[in-house]
Amino acid sequence: MSKRIEIKDLDIYYGKFHAVKSVNMTIEPRAVTAFIGSSGCGKSTVLRSLNRMHEVIPGAYVDGQVLLDGVDLYAPNVDPVRVRRQVGMVFQRPNPFPTMSIKENILAGVRLNNARISKSAADELVEKSLKGANLWNEVKDRLDRPGSGLSGGQQQRLCIARAIAVEPDVILMDEPCSALDPISTLAIEDLIKDLKEEYTVVIVTHNMQQAARVSDQTAFFNLKAHGQPGELIEMGPTEKIFHNPDQKATEDYITGRFG
Amino acid sequence: MSATDIPEASTDPRSDSHSLERSAKRFGDTFFRGLSTGSGVLILLILAAVAAFLVGLAIPALLADPETFQFSRGQSFWKYVAPYAFGTMWSAILAMIMAVPVAVGIALYLTHYAPKRISSTFGYIIDLLAAVPSVVFGLWGIAVLAPAMRPLFLWLNEHFSWIPLFAGQVSGTGRTIFTASVVLAVMILPIITAISREVFLQTPKLHEEASLALGATRWEMIRQAVIPFGMPGIISACMLGLGRALGETMAVAMVLSGSGIISFKLLTSQNPNTIAANIAQSFPEAHDIGRNQLIATGLVLFIITLAVNMTARWIINRRKEFSGAN
Ligand SMILES: Nc1ncnc2c1ncn2[C@@H]1O[C@H](COP(=O)(O)OP(=O)(O)O)[C@@H](O)[C@H]1O
Ligand SMILES: [Mg+2]
Repeated sequence: MSKRIEIKDLDIYYGKFHAVKSVNMTIEPRAVTAFIGSSGCGKSTVLRSLNRMHEVIPGAYVDGQVLLDGVDLYAPNVDPVRVRRQVGMVFQRPNPFPTMSIKENILAGVRLNNARISKSAADELVEKSLKGANLWNEVKDRLDRPGSGLSGGQQQRLCIARAIAVEPDVILMDEPCSALDPISTLAIEDLIKDLKEEYTVVIVTHNMQQAARVSDQTAFFNLKAHGQPGELIEMGPTEKIFHNPDQKATEDYITGRFG
Repeated sequence: MSATDIPEASTDPRSDSHSLERSAKRFGDTFFRGLSTGSGVLILLILAAVAAFLVGLAIPALLADPETFQFSRGQSFWKYVAPYAFGTMWSAILAMIMAVPVAVGIALYLTHYAPKRISSTFGYIIDLLAAVPSVVFGLWGIAVLAPAMRPLFLWLNEHFSWIPLFAGQVSGTGRTIFTASVVLAVMILPIITAISREVFLQTPKLHEEASLALGATRWEMIRQAVIPFGMPGIISACMLGLGRALGETMAVAMVLSGSGIISFKLLTSQNPNTIAANIAQSFPEAHDIGRNQLIATGLVLFIITLAVNMTARWIINRRKEFSGAN
Protein backbone atom coordinates (compact mmCIF):
# COMPACT_ATOMS: atom_id res chain seq x y z
CA MET A 1 0.00 0.00 0.00
CA SER A 2 1.42 3.30 -1.10
CA LYS A 3 1.41 6.18 1.38
CA ARG A 4 1.78 9.97 1.29
CA ILE A 5 4.67 11.61 3.13
CA GLU A 6 4.42 15.14 4.48
CA ILE A 7 7.54 16.81 5.85
CA LYS A 8 6.88 19.75 8.15
CA ASP A 9 9.53 22.21 9.33
CA LEU A 10 12.20 19.55 9.43
CA ASP A 11 15.62 20.58 10.70
CA ILE A 12 18.33 17.94 10.66
CA TYR A 13 21.52 17.92 12.71
CA TYR A 14 24.74 15.94 13.03
CA GLY A 15 25.61 16.80 16.62
CA LYS A 16 26.20 20.56 16.58
CA PHE A 17 26.28 20.75 12.78
CA HIS A 18 23.01 21.98 11.31
CA ALA A 19 22.89 20.01 8.05
CA VAL A 20 19.44 20.81 6.66
CA LYS A 21 17.17 23.76 7.38
CA SER A 22 13.35 23.79 7.72
CA VAL A 23 12.22 21.52 4.93
CA ASN A 24 8.54 21.47 4.01
CA MET A 25 7.32 19.16 1.28
CA THR A 26 4.69 16.65 0.31
CA ILE A 27 5.64 13.42 -1.40
CA GLU A 28 2.81 11.86 -3.33
CA PRO A 29 1.94 8.16 -3.27
CA ARG A 30 2.15 6.07 -6.45
CA ALA A 31 4.72 8.44 -7.88
CA VAL A 32 8.47 8.83 -8.13
CA THR A 33 9.94 11.87 -6.42
CA ALA A 34 13.53 12.79 -7.24
CA PHE A 35 15.88 14.79 -5.00
CA ILE A 36 18.48 16.71 -6.98
CA GLY A 37 21.12 19.25 -6.04
CA SER A 38 24.86 19.62 -5.76
CA SER A 39 26.72 17.24 -3.53
CA GLY A 40 26.75 18.00 0.18
CA CYS A 41 23.47 19.91 0.16
CA GLY A 42 21.69 17.34 2.31
CA LYS A 43 19.75 15.09 -0.10
CA SER A 44 20.89 11.87 1.57
CA THR A 45 20.36 13.40 4.97
CA VAL A 46 16.73 14.26 4.21
CA LEU A 47 16.17 10.85 2.64
CA ARG A 48 17.55 9.05 5.69
CA SER A 49 15.34 11.09 7.98
CA LEU A 50 12.31 9.57 6.24
CA ASN A 51 12.92 6.11 7.72
CA ARG A 52 14.71 7.24 10.87
CA MET A 53 18.03 5.90 9.59
CA HIS A 54 19.51 9.34 10.24
CA GLU A 55 19.57 8.80 14.01
CA VAL A 56 21.66 5.64 13.62
CA ILE A 57 24.67 7.95 13.35
CA PRO A 58 25.92 8.87 16.84
CA GLY A 59 24.82 12.36 17.86
CA ALA A 60 22.49 12.80 14.89
CA TYR A 61 18.93 14.02 15.47
CA VAL A 62 16.07 15.87 13.81
CA ASP A 63 13.58 18.52 14.83
CA GLY A 64 10.21 18.69 13.07
CA GLN A 65 7.65 16.27 11.72
CA VAL A 66 7.52 13.58 9.07
CA LEU A 67 3.95 12.37 8.57
CA LEU A 68 3.27 9.05 6.90
CA ASP A 69 -0.41 9.15 5.95
CA GLY A 70 -0.88 11.55 8.82
CA VAL A 71 1.09 9.62 11.45
CA ASP A 72 4.16 11.41 12.77
CA LEU A 73 7.18 9.12 12.48
CA TYR A 74 8.96 11.12 15.16
CA ALA A 75 6.15 10.99 17.73
CA PRO A 76 7.50 9.76 21.08
CA ASN A 77 5.57 6.50 21.03
CA VAL A 78 6.78 5.49 17.56
CA ASP A 79 9.28 2.64 17.32
CA PRO A 80 11.97 3.37 14.71
CA VAL A 81 12.25 -0.36 14.01
CA ARG A 82 8.58 -0.42 12.92
CA VAL A 83 9.09 2.70 10.81
CA ARG A 84 11.90 1.02 8.89
CA ARG A 85 9.72 -1.97 8.11
CA GLN A 86 7.23 0.37 6.43
CA VAL A 87 9.77 2.59 4.74
CA GLY A 88 12.35 0.49 2.92
CA MET A 89 15.71 1.71 1.71
CA VAL A 90 18.17 0.96 -1.08
CA PHE A 91 21.70 2.28 -0.69
CA GLN A 92 24.24 3.83 -3.02
CA ARG A 93 26.50 0.80 -3.02
CA PRO A 94 24.77 -2.57 -3.41
CA ASN A 95 24.93 -4.26 -0.01
CA PRO A 96 23.55 -7.79 -0.08
CA PHE A 97 24.57 -9.74 3.02
CA PRO A 98 27.78 -11.51 1.94
CA THR A 99 27.24 -14.42 4.31
CA MET A 100 23.81 -15.26 2.91
CA SER A 101 22.60 -16.94 -0.25
CA ILE A 102 20.42 -15.05 -2.73
CA LYS A 103 17.35 -16.66 -1.22
CA GLU A 104 18.33 -15.91 2.37
CA ASN A 105 19.00 -12.31 1.40
CA ILE A 106 15.43 -11.94 0.18
CA LEU A 107 14.09 -13.51 3.35
CA ALA A 108 16.37 -11.50 5.66
CA GLY A 109 13.75 -8.87 6.44
CA VAL A 110 10.89 -11.32 6.74
CA ARG A 111 12.74 -13.46 9.26
CA LEU A 112 13.23 -10.52 11.62
CA ASN A 113 11.10 -9.87 14.70
CA ASN A 114 10.72 -13.59 15.35
CA ALA A 115 8.47 -14.08 12.35
CA ARG A 116 8.06 -17.67 11.22
CA ILE A 117 7.38 -18.49 7.60
CA SER A 118 6.61 -21.87 6.06
CA LYS A 119 8.92 -23.24 3.40
CA SER A 120 6.34 -22.97 0.64
CA ALA A 121 5.39 -19.43 1.62
CA ALA A 122 9.10 -18.55 1.68
CA ASP A 123 9.66 -19.96 -1.80
CA GLU A 124 6.66 -18.07 -3.08
CA LEU A 125 7.84 -14.83 -1.53
CA VAL A 126 11.34 -15.23 -2.95
CA GLU A 127 9.93 -15.75 -6.43
CA LYS A 128 7.50 -12.87 -6.15
CA SER A 129 10.10 -10.44 -4.83
CA LEU A 130 12.70 -11.41 -7.41
CA LYS A 131 10.13 -11.06 -10.17
CA GLY A 132 9.17 -7.69 -8.72
CA ALA A 133 12.80 -6.64 -9.04
CA ASN A 134 13.18 -8.04 -12.60
CA LEU A 135 15.81 -10.47 -11.39
CA TRP A 136 14.01 -13.81 -11.27
CA ASN A 137 15.03 -15.08 -14.70
CA GLU A 138 18.68 -14.34 -14.11
CA VAL A 139 19.02 -16.06 -10.74
CA LYS A 140 16.28 -18.67 -10.51
CA ASP A 141 18.77 -21.51 -11.03
CA ARG A 142 21.19 -20.34 -8.35
CA LEU A 143 19.09 -19.20 -5.42
CA ASP A 144 21.40 -20.98 -3.00
CA ARG A 145 24.55 -19.30 -4.28
CA PRO A 146 25.99 -16.30 -2.44
CA GLY A 147 24.48 -12.94 -3.36
CA SER A 148 27.93 -11.41 -3.56
CA GLY A 149 28.65 -13.50 -6.69
CA LEU A 150 26.25 -11.42 -8.80
CA SER A 151 27.18 -8.42 -10.95
CA GLY A 152 26.83 -4.95 -9.43
CA GLY A 153 23.55 -4.28 -11.21
CA GLN A 154 22.14 -7.65 -10.20
CA GLN A 155 23.23 -7.07 -6.62
CA GLN A 156 21.41 -3.76 -6.58
CA ARG A 157 18.24 -5.41 -7.92
CA LEU A 158 18.70 -8.09 -5.25
CA CYS A 159 18.73 -5.31 -2.66
CA ILE A 160 15.55 -3.89 -4.17
CA ALA A 161 13.97 -7.36 -4.05
CA ARG A 162 15.05 -7.67 -0.41
CA ALA A 163 13.45 -4.29 0.34
CA ILE A 164 10.13 -5.09 -1.33
CA ALA A 165 9.93 -8.56 0.24
CA VAL A 166 8.80 -6.99 3.53
CA GLU A 167 6.02 -5.15 1.65
CA PRO A 168 6.82 -1.59 2.69
CA ASP A 169 4.70 1.44 1.80
CA VAL A 170 7.61 3.57 0.70
CA ILE A 171 10.93 2.81 -0.97
CA LEU A 172 13.81 5.23 -0.57
CA MET A 173 16.78 5.03 -2.94
CA ASP A 174 20.02 6.91 -2.43
CA GLU A 175 21.81 7.23 -5.78
CA PRO A 176 21.04 3.57 -6.53
CA CYS A 177 22.75 3.64 -9.92
CA SER A 178 25.86 5.65 -9.21
CA ALA A 179 28.01 2.53 -8.87
CA LEU A 180 26.54 0.83 -11.95
CA ASP A 181 27.25 0.67 -15.66
CA PRO A 182 24.78 2.24 -18.16
CA ILE A 183 22.99 -1.03 -19.02
CA SER A 184 22.42 -1.94 -15.39
CA THR A 185 21.31 1.63 -14.79
CA LEU A 186 18.63 1.32 -17.47
CA ALA A 187 17.42 -1.93 -15.90
CA ILE A 188 17.06 -0.21 -12.53
CA GLU A 189 15.32 2.80 -14.07
CA ASP A 190 12.78 0.51 -15.75
CA LEU A 191 12.25 -1.17 -12.44
CA ILE A 192 11.68 2.16 -10.67
CA LYS A 193 8.92 2.98 -13.14
CA ASP A 194 7.25 -0.35 -12.29
CA LEU A 195 7.67 0.14 -8.57
CA LYS A 196 5.64 3.30 -8.46
CA GLU A 197 2.51 1.30 -9.34
CA GLU A 198 2.62 -0.08 -5.81
CA TYR A 199 4.93 2.08 -3.74
CA THR A 200 5.79 5.65 -2.96
CA VAL A 201 9.28 5.98 -4.43
CA VAL A 202 11.83 8.62 -3.46
CA ILE A 203 15.15 8.65 -5.28
CA VAL A 204 18.24 10.77 -4.77
CA THR A 205 20.23 11.20 -7.94
CA HIS A 206 23.06 13.39 -9.14
CA ASN A 207 22.23 12.45 -12.69
CA MET A 208 19.70 14.95 -14.01
CA GLN A 209 18.82 12.97 -17.11
CA GLN A 210 17.93 10.18 -14.76
CA ALA A 211 15.70 12.45 -12.70
CA ALA A 212 14.05 13.62 -15.91
CA ARG A 213 13.55 10.06 -17.14
CA VAL A 214 12.11 8.41 -14.04
CA SER A 215 10.52 10.99 -11.78
CA ASP A 216 7.11 12.64 -11.64
CA GLN A 217 8.08 15.22 -9.04
CA THR A 218 11.46 16.83 -8.51
CA ALA A 219 12.81 18.58 -5.43
CA PHE A 220 15.85 20.79 -5.79
CA PHE A 221 18.13 21.29 -2.77
CA ASN A 222 20.90 23.81 -2.47
CA LEU A 223 23.47 25.29 -0.13
CA LYS A 224 23.70 29.04 0.33
CA ALA A 225 27.38 28.72 1.18
CA HIS A 226 29.79 26.14 2.40
CA GLY A 227 29.17 25.30 6.07
CA GLN A 228 25.60 26.59 5.88
CA PRO A 229 22.67 24.20 6.20
CA GLY A 230 21.17 22.83 3.00
CA GLU A 231 17.70 23.98 2.00
CA LEU A 232 14.86 22.87 -0.22
CA ILE A 233 14.78 25.54 -2.91
CA GLU A 234 11.77 24.37 -4.86
CA MET A 235 9.70 21.35 -5.65
CA GLY A 236 7.21 20.62 -8.39
CA PRO A 237 6.36 18.43 -11.35
CA THR A 238 9.59 17.28 -13.01
CA GLU A 239 8.51 18.78 -16.32
CA LYS A 240 8.13 22.22 -14.73
CA ILE A 241 11.35 22.10 -12.67
CA PHE A 242 13.36 21.22 -15.74
CA HIS A 243 11.77 23.65 -18.19
CA ASN A 244 10.17 26.44 -16.26
CA PRO A 245 11.44 26.65 -12.67
CA ASP A 246 10.30 29.46 -10.40
CA GLN A 247 13.65 30.04 -8.74
CA LYS A 248 16.74 31.48 -10.36
CA ALA A 249 18.97 29.05 -8.41
CA THR A 250 17.11 26.07 -9.83
CA GLU A 251 17.42 27.36 -13.37
CA ASP A 252 21.15 28.01 -12.93
CA TYR A 253 21.67 24.52 -11.66
CA ILE A 254 19.63 22.87 -14.42
CA THR A 255 21.11 24.91 -17.27
CA GLY A 256 24.60 24.77 -15.83
CA ARG A 257 24.46 21.05 -16.03
CA PHE A 258 22.74 20.71 -19.37
CA GLY A 259 24.72 23.16 -21.38
CA MET B 1 60.03 -2.01 0.41
CA SER B 2 59.90 0.30 -2.61
CA ALA B 3 60.46 3.26 -0.30
CA THR B 4 64.07 2.27 -0.31
CA ASP B 5 64.98 3.05 -3.91
CA ILE B 6 65.76 6.63 -3.08
CA PRO B 7 68.35 8.62 -5.07
CA GLU B 8 71.16 8.12 -2.54
CA ALA B 9 71.17 4.47 -3.48
CA SER B 10 72.36 5.39 -6.96
CA THR B 11 76.13 5.60 -6.81
CA ASP B 12 76.79 6.95 -10.28
CA PRO B 13 76.62 10.78 -10.26
CA ARG B 14 76.21 10.88 -14.05
CA SER B 15 73.29 8.48 -14.05
CA ASP B 16 70.73 9.75 -16.47
CA SER B 17 67.25 9.83 -14.94
CA HIS B 18 65.75 9.48 -18.43
CA SER B 19 67.53 6.21 -19.13
CA LEU B 20 65.32 3.15 -19.20
CA GLU B 21 68.12 0.78 -18.35
CA ARG B 22 67.96 -1.12 -15.11
CA SER B 23 70.23 0.66 -12.69
CA ALA B 24 73.01 -1.63 -11.67
CA LYS B 25 72.71 -1.55 -7.91
CA ARG B 26 69.64 -0.86 -5.87
CA PHE B 27 71.22 -1.49 -2.55
CA GLY B 28 68.01 -1.00 -0.48
CA ASP B 29 65.98 -3.46 -2.53
CA THR B 30 68.65 -6.10 -2.46
CA PHE B 31 69.25 -5.65 1.24
CA PHE B 32 65.61 -5.92 2.26
CA ARG B 33 64.91 -8.80 -0.08
CA GLY B 34 67.81 -10.66 1.48
CA LEU B 35 66.71 -9.77 5.00
CA SER B 36 63.09 -10.86 4.57
CA THR B 37 63.94 -14.05 2.71
CA GLY B 38 66.57 -14.81 5.34
CA SER B 39 64.13 -14.38 8.24
CA GLY B 40 61.57 -16.57 6.49
CA VAL B 41 64.10 -19.34 5.98
CA LEU B 42 65.31 -18.97 9.56
CA ILE B 43 61.80 -19.44 10.96
CA LEU B 44 61.34 -22.58 8.87
CA LEU B 45 64.71 -23.89 10.05
CA ILE B 46 63.86 -23.29 13.70
CA LEU B 47 60.50 -25.02 13.27
CA ALA B 48 62.15 -27.95 11.56
CA ALA B 49 64.75 -28.14 14.33
CA VAL B 50 62.04 -28.20 17.00
CA ALA B 51 60.10 -30.89 15.16
CA ALA B 52 63.27 -32.93 14.63
CA PHE B 53 64.13 -32.60 18.32
CA LEU B 54 60.66 -33.73 19.38
CA VAL B 55 60.51 -36.66 17.01
CA GLY B 56 64.12 -37.68 17.54
CA LEU B 57 63.83 -37.82 21.33
CA ALA B 58 60.31 -39.26 21.29
CA ILE B 59 61.15 -42.26 19.11
CA PRO B 60 63.11 -44.18 21.80
CA ALA B 61 60.04 -44.04 24.07
CA LEU B 62 57.79 -45.26 21.27
CA LEU B 63 60.08 -48.17 20.42
CA ALA B 64 61.24 -49.17 23.90
CA ASP B 65 59.98 -52.15 25.84
CA PRO B 66 57.30 -50.91 28.28
CA GLU B 67 58.99 -52.96 31.02
CA THR B 68 61.88 -50.49 30.96
CA PHE B 69 59.65 -47.39 31.35
CA GLN B 70 60.18 -45.04 34.22
CA PHE B 71 56.55 -43.87 34.22
CA SER B 72 53.72 -46.43 34.35
CA ARG B 73 56.01 -49.36 33.82
CA GLY B 74 54.55 -52.32 31.96
CA GLN B 75 51.95 -50.30 30.05
CA SER B 76 52.26 -49.22 26.44
CA PHE B 77 53.18 -45.61 25.77
CA TRP B 78 49.70 -44.93 24.37
CA LYS B 79 48.08 -46.13 27.57
CA TYR B 80 50.40 -43.79 29.44
CA VAL B 81 49.68 -40.70 27.38
CA ALA B 82 45.92 -41.20 26.88
CA PRO B 83 44.77 -39.84 30.29
CA TYR B 84 46.99 -36.78 29.92
CA ALA B 85 45.74 -36.15 26.40
CA PHE B 86 42.22 -36.50 27.76
CA GLY B 87 42.95 -34.10 30.65
CA THR B 88 44.45 -31.58 28.25
CA MET B 89 41.45 -31.58 25.94
CA TRP B 90 38.85 -31.81 28.68
CA SER B 91 40.21 -28.81 30.60
CA ALA B 92 40.63 -26.82 27.37
CA ILE B 93 37.09 -27.61 26.25
CA LEU B 94 35.66 -26.63 29.63
CA ALA B 95 37.65 -23.40 29.50
CA MET B 96 36.37 -22.67 25.99
CA ILE B 97 32.76 -23.32 26.98
CA MET B 98 33.12 -20.73 29.72
CA ALA B 99 35.33 -18.20 27.95
CA VAL B 100 33.98 -17.95 24.40
CA PRO B 101 30.43 -16.73 25.12
CA VAL B 102 31.71 -14.24 27.68
CA ALA B 103 34.50 -12.99 25.42
CA VAL B 104 32.23 -12.58 22.39
CA GLY B 105 29.62 -10.93 24.61
CA ILE B 106 32.13 -8.45 25.97
CA ALA B 107 33.44 -7.71 22.48
CA LEU B 108 29.91 -7.07 21.21
CA TYR B 109 29.17 -4.86 24.19
CA LEU B 110 32.33 -2.85 23.65
CA THR B 111 31.79 -2.36 19.93
CA HIS B 112 28.03 -1.96 19.72
CA TYR B 113 26.54 -0.95 23.04
CA ALA B 114 29.04 0.80 25.29
CA PRO B 115 29.57 4.56 25.12
CA LYS B 116 32.90 5.43 23.50
CA ARG B 117 34.67 6.39 26.72
CA ILE B 118 33.77 3.20 28.58
CA SER B 119 34.58 1.16 25.53
CA SER B 120 38.16 2.40 25.19
CA THR B 121 38.93 2.23 28.93
CA PHE B 122 37.49 -1.24 29.19
CA GLY B 123 39.33 -2.37 26.07
CA TYR B 124 42.58 -1.16 27.61
CA ILE B 125 41.94 -3.12 30.81
CA ILE B 126 41.29 -6.28 28.82
CA ASP B 127 44.58 -5.82 26.99
CA LEU B 128 46.32 -5.45 30.35
CA LEU B 129 44.76 -8.70 31.52
CA ALA B 130 46.45 -10.42 28.58
CA ALA B 131 49.80 -9.27 29.90
CA VAL B 132 49.45 -10.91 33.34
CA PRO B 133 52.01 -13.74 33.66
CA SER B 134 50.51 -17.19 34.05
CA VAL B 135 52.24 -17.81 37.35
CA VAL B 136 50.18 -14.97 38.80
CA PHE B 137 47.02 -16.63 37.53
CA GLY B 138 48.25 -19.83 39.18
CA LEU B 139 48.71 -18.12 42.53
CA TRP B 140 45.32 -16.47 42.22
CA GLY B 141 43.79 -19.86 41.41
CA ILE B 142 45.23 -21.48 44.53
CA ALA B 143 44.81 -18.63 46.97
CA VAL B 144 41.56 -17.02 45.91
CA LEU B 145 39.59 -18.99 43.38
CA ALA B 146 39.83 -22.51 44.80
CA PRO B 147 38.45 -21.62 48.26
CA ALA B 148 35.83 -19.39 46.65
CA MET B 149 34.64 -22.20 44.39
CA ARG B 150 34.01 -24.65 47.21
CA PRO B 151 30.56 -23.35 48.25
CA LEU B 152 29.49 -23.49 44.60
CA PHE B 153 30.81 -27.05 44.34
CA LEU B 154 28.89 -28.11 47.44
CA TRP B 155 25.72 -26.53 46.13
CA LEU B 156 26.09 -28.14 42.70
CA ASN B 157 26.84 -31.47 44.31
CA GLU B 158 23.81 -31.25 46.57
CA HIS B 159 21.28 -30.32 43.90
CA PHE B 160 22.68 -31.73 40.69
CA SER B 161 24.58 -34.85 41.68
CA TRP B 162 22.22 -36.82 39.42
CA ILE B 163 24.24 -35.27 36.57
CA PRO B 164 27.40 -37.44 36.44
CA LEU B 165 29.58 -34.32 36.00
CA PHE B 166 28.70 -33.13 39.50
CA ALA B 167 28.62 -36.50 41.24
CA GLY B 168 31.11 -37.89 43.77
CA GLN B 169 32.78 -36.62 46.92
CA VAL B 170 33.47 -32.88 46.74
CA SER B 171 37.15 -31.99 46.98
CA GLY B 172 38.17 -30.42 50.28
CA THR B 173 40.53 -27.90 48.72
CA GLY B 174 38.49 -26.84 45.72
CA ARG B 175 41.53 -27.50 43.54
CA THR B 176 39.78 -29.55 40.86
CA ILE B 177 39.76 -29.68 37.09
CA PHE B 178 36.79 -27.30 37.23
CA THR B 179 38.81 -24.65 39.08
CA ALA B 180 41.75 -25.15 36.75
CA SER B 181 39.42 -24.67 33.77
CA VAL B 182 38.06 -21.45 35.24
CA VAL B 183 41.63 -20.18 35.59
CA LEU B 184 42.29 -21.20 31.99
CA ALA B 185 39.08 -19.47 30.89
CA VAL B 186 40.15 -16.23 32.56
CA MET B 187 43.55 -16.53 30.92
CA ILE B 188 42.24 -16.98 27.39
CA LEU B 189 39.44 -14.45 27.77
CA PRO B 190 41.52 -11.37 26.90
CA ILE B 191 42.93 -12.72 23.65
CA ILE B 192 39.54 -13.91 22.39
CA THR B 193 37.92 -10.64 23.45
CA ALA B 194 40.61 -8.47 21.90
CA ILE B 195 40.55 -10.21 18.53
CA SER B 196 36.75 -10.43 18.40
CA ARG B 197 36.59 -6.74 19.16
CA GLU B 198 38.89 -5.89 16.27
CA VAL B 199 36.82 -8.12 14.00
CA PHE B 200 33.49 -6.62 15.05
CA LEU B 201 34.83 -3.11 14.55
CA GLN B 202 35.54 -4.04 10.94
CA THR B 203 31.97 -4.99 10.09
CA PRO B 204 31.17 -2.75 7.12
CA LYS B 205 28.75 0.06 8.02
CA LEU B 206 27.05 -0.83 4.75
CA HIS B 207 25.92 -4.23 6.05
CA GLU B 208 24.89 -2.96 9.44
CA GLU B 209 22.76 -0.29 7.79
CA ALA B 210 21.29 -2.82 5.37
CA SER B 211 20.05 -4.79 8.32
CA LEU B 212 18.75 -1.80 10.28
CA ALA B 213 16.95 -0.47 7.21
CA LEU B 214 15.08 -3.77 6.95
CA GLY B 215 13.68 -3.15 10.41
CA ALA B 216 16.16 -5.10 12.48
CA THR B 217 16.55 -4.30 16.16
CA ARG B 218 20.09 -3.77 17.32
CA TRP B 219 20.43 -7.35 18.50
CA GLU B 220 18.95 -8.66 15.24
CA MET B 221 21.39 -6.50 13.32
CA ILE B 222 24.23 -8.05 15.31
CA ARG B 223 22.98 -11.54 14.55
CA GLN B 224 22.34 -10.79 10.90
CA ALA B 225 25.32 -8.68 9.93
CA VAL B 226 27.98 -8.48 12.62
CA ILE B 227 28.36 -12.08 13.80
CA PRO B 228 28.19 -13.82 10.40
CA PHE B 229 30.66 -11.35 8.97
CA GLY B 230 32.98 -11.80 11.94
CA MET B 231 32.66 -15.59 12.12
CA PRO B 232 36.02 -16.46 10.52
CA GLY B 233 37.65 -13.96 12.87
CA ILE B 234 35.83 -15.37 15.91
CA ILE B 235 36.96 -18.86 14.95
CA SER B 236 40.55 -17.70 14.58
CA ALA B 237 40.33 -15.96 17.95
CA CYS B 238 38.98 -19.13 19.54
CA MET B 239 41.79 -21.16 18.03
CA LEU B 240 44.39 -18.85 19.50
CA GLY B 241 42.64 -19.12 22.86
CA LEU B 242 42.33 -22.88 22.56
CA GLY B 243 46.00 -23.13 21.62
CA ARG B 244 46.91 -21.25 24.75
CA ALA B 245 44.57 -23.36 26.90
CA LEU B 246 45.99 -26.60 25.50
CA GLY B 247 49.57 -25.57 26.09
CA GLU B 248 49.19 -23.68 29.37
CA THR B 249 51.50 -25.26 31.90
CA MET B 250 52.22 -23.14 34.94
CA ALA B 251 48.74 -22.19 36.04
CA VAL B 252 47.39 -25.73 35.69
CA ALA B 253 50.44 -27.28 37.33
CA MET B 254 49.98 -24.98 40.31
CA VAL B 255 46.22 -25.26 40.73
CA LEU B 256 45.65 -28.90 39.91
CA SER B 257 47.04 -31.95 41.65
CA GLY B 258 46.04 -34.36 38.94
CA SER B 259 47.00 -37.90 38.17
CA GLY B 260 46.91 -40.15 35.15
CA ILE B 261 43.21 -40.95 35.22
CA ILE B 262 40.31 -40.38 32.87
CA SER B 263 37.36 -38.88 34.72
CA PHE B 264 34.61 -36.49 33.72
CA LYS B 265 33.78 -35.64 37.33
CA LEU B 266 34.35 -31.95 37.95
CA LEU B 267 34.18 -31.60 41.70
CA THR B 268 36.14 -34.47 43.22
CA SER B 269 39.76 -34.68 44.30
CA GLN B 270 40.44 -37.37 41.67
CA ASN B 271 41.39 -35.24 38.69
CA PRO B 272 43.03 -35.92 35.35
CA ASN B 273 46.20 -34.00 34.62
CA THR B 274 47.22 -32.18 31.43
CA ILE B 275 50.17 -33.10 29.23
CA ALA B 276 51.92 -29.79 29.77
CA ALA B 277 51.45 -29.76 33.55
CA ASN B 278 52.54 -33.39 33.79
CA ILE B 279 55.74 -32.65 31.89
CA ALA B 280 56.50 -29.71 34.18
CA GLN B 281 55.78 -31.70 37.33
CA SER B 282 57.56 -34.92 36.30
CA PHE B 283 60.58 -33.65 34.42
CA PRO B 284 62.78 -32.88 37.45
CA GLU B 285 62.66 -36.52 38.53
CA ALA B 286 62.79 -37.94 35.01
CA HIS B 287 65.92 -39.68 33.74
CA ASP B 288 66.92 -41.75 30.71
CA ILE B 289 63.85 -43.34 29.07
CA GLY B 290 61.60 -41.30 31.40
CA ARG B 291 62.72 -38.13 29.62
CA ASN B 292 61.95 -39.70 26.28
CA GLN B 293 58.51 -40.64 27.56
CA LEU B 294 57.78 -37.05 28.59
CA ILE B 295 59.11 -35.65 25.33
CA ALA B 296 56.91 -38.09 23.44
CA THR B 297 53.88 -36.75 25.34
CA GLY B 298 55.04 -33.30 24.25
CA LEU B 299 54.96 -34.54 20.66
CA VAL B 300 51.38 -35.72 21.19
CA LEU B 301 50.45 -32.25 22.49
CA PHE B 302 52.11 -30.70 19.43
CA ILE B 303 50.04 -32.95 17.16
CA ILE B 304 46.79 -32.18 19.02
CA THR B 305 47.41 -28.44 18.68
CA LEU B 306 48.26 -28.83 15.00
CA ALA B 307 45.09 -30.85 14.39
CA VAL B 308 42.96 -28.22 16.13
CA ASN B 309 44.43 -25.48 13.98
CA MET B 310 43.98 -27.41 10.77
CA THR B 311 40.36 -28.14 11.63
CA ALA B 312 39.76 -24.46 12.21
CA ARG B 313 41.32 -23.56 8.88
CA TRP B 314 39.20 -26.15 7.17
CA ILE B 315 36.03 -24.76 8.76
CA ILE B 316 36.92 -21.23 7.67
CA ASN B 317 37.75 -22.28 4.12
CA ARG B 318 34.58 -24.29 3.70
CA ARG B 319 32.51 -21.11 4.05
CA LYS B 320 34.86 -18.91 2.08
CA GLU B 321 32.36 -18.18 -0.70
CA PHE B 322 29.98 -16.73 1.84
CA SER B 323 32.60 -14.88 3.84
CA GLY B 324 32.25 -11.52 2.17
CA ALA B 325 35.93 -11.57 1.28
CA ASN B 326 35.13 -11.28 -2.43
N1 LIG C 1 27.81 11.07 9.21
C1 LIG C 1 27.92 12.41 9.12
N2 LIG C 1 28.44 13.11 10.16
C2 LIG C 1 28.57 14.45 10.08
N3 LIG C 1 28.20 15.18 9.02
C3 LIG C 1 27.68 14.55 7.96
C4 LIG C 1 27.51 13.12 7.96
N4 LIG C 1 26.97 12.76 6.77
C5 LIG C 1 26.81 13.90 6.07
N5 LIG C 1 27.23 14.98 6.78
C6 LIG C 1 27.21 16.38 6.35
O1 LIG C 1 25.89 16.75 6.07
C7 LIG C 1 25.80 17.54 4.90
C8 LIG C 1 24.85 16.92 3.91
O2 LIG C 1 25.39 15.67 3.48
P1 LIG C 1 24.60 14.68 2.55
O3 LIG C 1 23.20 14.58 3.02
O4 LIG C 1 25.38 13.44 2.49
O5 LIG C 1 24.62 15.44 1.15
P2 LIG C 1 24.24 14.90 -0.29
O6 LIG C 1 23.65 13.54 -0.16
O7 LIG C 1 23.30 15.92 -0.83
O8 LIG C 1 25.50 14.88 -1.08
C9 LIG C 1 27.23 17.66 4.38
O9 LIG C 1 27.77 18.90 4.80
C10 LIG C 1 27.95 16.55 5.04
O10 LIG C 1 29.31 16.89 5.27
MG1 LIG D 1 24.35 11.67 -0.85
